[in-house]
Amino acid sequence: MNPTIMIIGGGQAGAQAVDTLRREGFADRLVLACDEPLVPYQRPPLSKKYLSGELAADRLPIRHRAFYDEHRTELMLGARAVRLVPAQRRVVMTDGAELAYDQLLLCVGARPRTLTCRGADLAGIHYLRNVADAAAIRGDIRPGARAVIVGGGYIGLETAATCRALGCEVTVLEMGDRIMNRVVAPEVSAFFAREHRARGVGIVCNARVVEIQGSGRVERVICAGGGSYAADLIIAGVGAVPLTDLARDAGLACDDGIVVDEYCRTSEPAIFAAGDCTNHPSPHYGRRVRLESVDNAFEQAKAAALNILEKRIAYDRVPWFWSDQFDNKLLIVGLSAGHDEVIRRSGAESRSFSICYLKNRELLALEAVNASKDYMAARTLIVARARLDPAKVADPHCALKEAV
Amino acid sequence: MPTIVFIEPGGKRREVRAPVGLSLMEAARQQGIAGVLAECGGACACATCHIYVEAARLRQLAPPEEMEAGMLENVLERRENSRLGCQVPITGELDGLVVTVAQRQR
Repeated sequence: MNPTIMIIGGGQAGAQAVDTLRREGFADRLVLACDEPLVPYQRPPLSKKYLSGELAADRLPIRHRAFYDEHRTELMLGARAVRLVPAQRRVVMTDGAELAYDQLLLCVGARPRTLTCRGADLAGIHYLRNVADAAAIRGDIRPGARAVIVGGGYIGLETAATCRALGCEVTVLEMGDRIMNRVVAPEVSAFFAREHRARGVGIVCNARVVEIQGSGRVERVICAGGGSYAADLIIAGVGAVPLTDLARDAGLACDDGIVVDEYCRTSEPAIFAAGDCTNHPSPHYGRRVRLESVDNAFEQAKAAALNILEKRIAYDRVPWFWSDQFDNKLLIVGLSAGHDEVIRRSGAESRSFSICYLKNRELLALEAVNASKDYMAARTLIVARARLDPAKVADPHCALKEAV
Repeated sequence: MPTIVFIEPGGKRREVRAPVGLSLMEAARQQGIAGVLAECGGACACATCHIYVEAARLRQLAPPEEMEAGMLENVLERRENSRLGCQVPITGELDGLVVTVAQRQR
């Protein structure tokens, strides 16, 4: 019997692993099990151009269906794994079928955190992770519909912008004192809050949802302190939870994600993991991280595939993130935790600027608002651990890449 | 349906039939053209679909907008005919276009 590599999870990571394994010459049996009934597709457009209708469904798949056939990949669609038996190298599927593997790659992702307040089970409350979620939201969006968005993070704000563009009355309820408070500088939060308000999106901070009211279907959202917001639909973007049940039940180490080493290997030697579901070391930043991003799914899956093939490649990438809200693009590279200096750089025009985070003058991270050139420069500088001259960084006439 | 000719980083030539309206990046990614990483899927956020367009036919393309231009200023091995594939829509006029994928995307 030929060696079998099995991949569980058909997101960006799963699709990338197929590509890398075949490109690197793995010639034996390859199985990709996807719990959704769809060929692996891109998730980022679900809150943006797919939700708005600008991007048709046939443009979502990462690769054509034919790609998997050409690369002799057994694509199991609508196939969910319910149990792993590491001692026997077997995976049990929902229908009871058992599949044997020699090496297993878990790309199981994350699920949206759900609301727990009273009324959280009413119809008209949406979360956004997959195509079916996006389709359900689209079904509720109509011009004039009152959309209440719970959570002022990426998902909340991107869907708010899209709903507004489609003619909804939109209110964002953020629990913290500013939107995107865990991921960007106060000035970036303020900029995006202004942009949303200028287009008629209500942004309410310090708003903790305590109850959702309605008879069968949502009608009203109630906040602590008595704030009350009429709603025809609710979209909750209140964080994601890594899917660790399968791994934990099989005895794999989990701690805010499936714990892997820098070679993407779990505590079980024949099992690897990649993407949103992992808790992994970042050699560059010297600590463990869990990242929810398409970049991490892509790069970590590539590294995992190489390590499955015994290439021994440590996964050490500087992560990046982006968000599109109306016609603004937020680009973030690096992780800012631990910085001792923050420098603002003005951009070429009034709606363009960057926030640079330094530690002992080394650039740790950068947030670019409509400033793609600074973002690209920072990608190189951060990896190189470049030490920057703060006066040059603050000078908009000095290109960032020359600010060393 | 126009045909686009991709030259992969290893030098391999691959002809792809691509529907009008898709971007050069999408046509390449769906078929698994080597070197087109396309991590952001076309949002002009990652610059990992860096390509070189056949110089003689550059004028058939609309010039880069500001976001793409900013990215291109700091890509690896930039040339006069550098573009991000995700920002170039395929039109009937581009039939037979030769597109060379950059050796390194990041």
